[in-house]
Amino acid sequence: MTVTLAHFLVLSAILFAISVVGIFLNRRNIIILLMAIELMLLSVNMNFIAFSYYLGDMAGQVFVFFILTVAAAEAAIGLAILVALFRKFDSINAEELDHLKG
Amino acid sequence: MELTLTIPVLCAIPLAPLIGSMLVGFFGTCFLGKQLSRGACQTIAILGVMIAFILSCNVLMQVMDGFYFNGSVYRWMELGELSFDIGFLIDPLSAIMMVVVTFVSLMVHIYTIGYMAEEEGYNRFFSYISLFTFAMLMLVMSNNLLQLFFGWEAVGVVSYLLIGFYYERQSAVFANMKAFLVNRVGDFGFILGIGLLLAGTGSMNYDAIFAQNTVLAAQTLPGTDWNLVTVACICLFIGAMGKSAQFPLHVWLPDSMEGPTPISALIHAATMVTAGIFMVSRMSPLFELSDMALSFILVIGSITALFMGFLGIVQTDIKRVVAYSTLSQLGFMTIALGVSAYPIAIFHLMTHAFFKALLFLGAGSVILGMHHEQDMRKMGGLWKYMPVTCLMMLLGSLALIGTPFFSGFYSKDSIIEAVAASTIPGSGFALFAVMASVFVTALYSFRLYFYVFHGKERFGHADHDHHAHDDHHGLAPGQKPHESPLVVTIPLILLAIPSVIIGFYTIDPLLFGSFFGDSIFIDIAKHPVMKDLAQAFHGPVAMAMHAFSTPVLLLVVLGVLTAAIGYLWVPSLPAKVSEALAPIKKLLDHKYYLDELNQTVFAKGMVWFGGIFWHRGDEKIIDGFFVNGSAHLVGRFSGIVRRLQSGYLYHYAFAMILGLIALLTWVLYTYLFIAY
Repeated sequence: MTVTLAHFLVLSAILFAISVVGIFLNRRNIIILLMAIELMLLSVNMNFIAFSYYLGDMAGQVFVFFILTVAAAEAAIGLAILVALFRKFDSINAEELDHLKG
Repeated sequence: MELTLTIPVLCAIPLAPLIGSMLVGFFGTCFLGKQLSRGACQTIAILGVMIAFILSCNVLMQVMDGFYFNGSVYRWMELGELSFDIGFLIDPLSAIMMVVVTFVSLMVHIYTIGYMAEEEGYNRFFSYISLFTFAMLMLVMSNNLLQLFFGWEAVGVVSYLLIGFYYERQSAVFANMKAFLVNRVGDFGFILGIGLLLAGTGSMNYDAIFAQNTVLAAQTLPGTDWNLVTVACICLFIGAMGKSAQFPLHVWLPDSMEGPTPISALIHAATMVTAGIFMVSRMSPLFELSDMALSFILVIGSITALFMGFLGIVQTDIKRVVAYSTLSQLGFMTIALGVSAYPIAIFHLMTHAFFKALLFLGAGSVILGMHHEQDMRKMGGLWKYMPVTCLMMLLGSLALIGTPFFSGFYSKDSIIEAVAASTIPGSGFALFAVMASVFVTALYSFRLYFYVFHGKERFGHADHDHHAHDDHHGLAPGQKPHESPLVVTIPLILLAIPSVIIGFYTIDPLLFGSFFGDSIFIDIAKHPVMKDLAQAFHGPVAMAMHAFSTPVLLLVVLGVLTAAIGYLWVPSLPAKVSEALAPIKKLLDHKYYLDELNQTVFAKGMVWFGGIFWHRGDEKIIDGFFVNGSAHLVGRFSGIVRRLQSGYLYHYAFAMILGLIALLTWVLYTYLFIAY
């Protein structure tokens, strides 16, 4: 059996779905939320590489490098915010963090 | 003489005082930092009025030679088919008014130099009185109702400013507010009248309105069967009642004496208050159509003439006596209007302007000599100290009471004869009113004269209690009054000359000659008063001689004698009389309780009425329902909507994803499946 484009797309869709579920089913930990976002980005990267390979266009793989870089920076900022959040509220429990309500 | 008047010359007449006023007002006061000195200001203001006076005299001479001008000089704006113009109508009626206004104004300007010499607001005062001259000239020279209304309101504003000239004084501020508010009542009627005429004829120009006389006379007020002309005339006359201080809108005039004396002479005696008389004469073709309006005018005038005269008897303030006398004389002019004797009304307006300005300026001279004391009870025997003022006041008083050969005699006697000859409803009451007023006028005029200039010297008493709470100065013990300077006495003399002689020389052309020509219209068939008078008139000398055999002169003599008994020979009598007639005295002291009536019924009523609008209308409906109601609605709605905002991050993210899915589905359906 050969691995076709459809397989990659299905894999990436599954990864994306897992991360979406991870975002709104997760009620406990904000770190898991961040991880779910990372996973979402990875599934997008998977799509880019698959299309790049099958279309023979290297631009998609260049995008992946950029996305990886931005994701790393974003993760660093996200963690920093997380630390600040924890210092302020003594919690990283997503259930307790409803301050957006105002 | 060649008729050389052009539009620029006519424009210069009102504009000269306006420019003077603006220069003095802007550069002579603190407004732009007192650039001009007192001397410069008085020169500019007097120059402006003098130009206006000389040109007005020129206009009068040319008008007598047949000059006539009626036209627009500037189109202010157009509204549909209606155009608003600034225009002049120069005919005998406006020419004579122009000369009277500018002459009295010029005299008052000169007098002011002496009278206001010690005052703080010297330049401001000059600016105001020049502005007044401008406004009054615009009023009398106008050829349409709108410009008349402009001048009408402008003189009202200047009157307001000048009554409140001493703006630190509480009573002055109250008085100017009162004058303004009472005039609003009159002006409301006036503007309704203008509106009715505009609706009836489609124009505000006099000649266009008069040209449609017959059309107007046939119309009725929509929705009623009232004659349109009658309603319009009564509305216009209500305006005149406000400005010319006719009962019951007269209450502002006595209080207006809070202003400096020169403006009492200029505005509240000689010119502004006669604007109503002038207006009715100007609109005579309309008033002639309605006997009902004329009767209304006649009755109002009679009430004013008689009852205001009574009030003059009990006043102790020298200016207020003259003020009530003005009210009474304005009533006389109104009576003349009511019996269709418009030329007599204008004639009396002119003679009255001279002798009443003289009396006021004389009273001012007394006040000046007494160091700002206005209470007649603190005067007496002044003839020794102020001989010129005393003589001039005597001449003015003689003219006012109608002594034969004086100008007041000719105008007043003509009014009495016109009333006697008239047959319109109300003329019986009017005749009684004028006859009684003749006696009352003589009484209060000579009461003032004897009280102030003769009898015991009552001034110079230590009076510190009074002094402490009042800014009137009065004389210190032992101090004597002094005669006023020449700038004060010369205007008195110049005003005394026409007060004495002008009636003799002008009665024939003015009343029975062709002086007024077409500027005043009288329906001789319906109102033959002027014709009857002309038949009975055999020259001014014969008229004066005839007076010696009439009851009118007897009444005058009786009035003077009563005054002489009460205030010259038996000074204890007035107190006894007022004690015997205590209820009447009280009624007169309270001015028939009209101020109290206004305060309790109209002022309180308006406050109550306003309270309803405030609480019900503003607070409940506008604030409660519209403003706060819409805010509450938004608040309640968002109270429901805000529950959607949980604050949890994952809810927002979920909402975003749902939205994304919905959007994608829509895009796919429309662009992929349907397109292919």
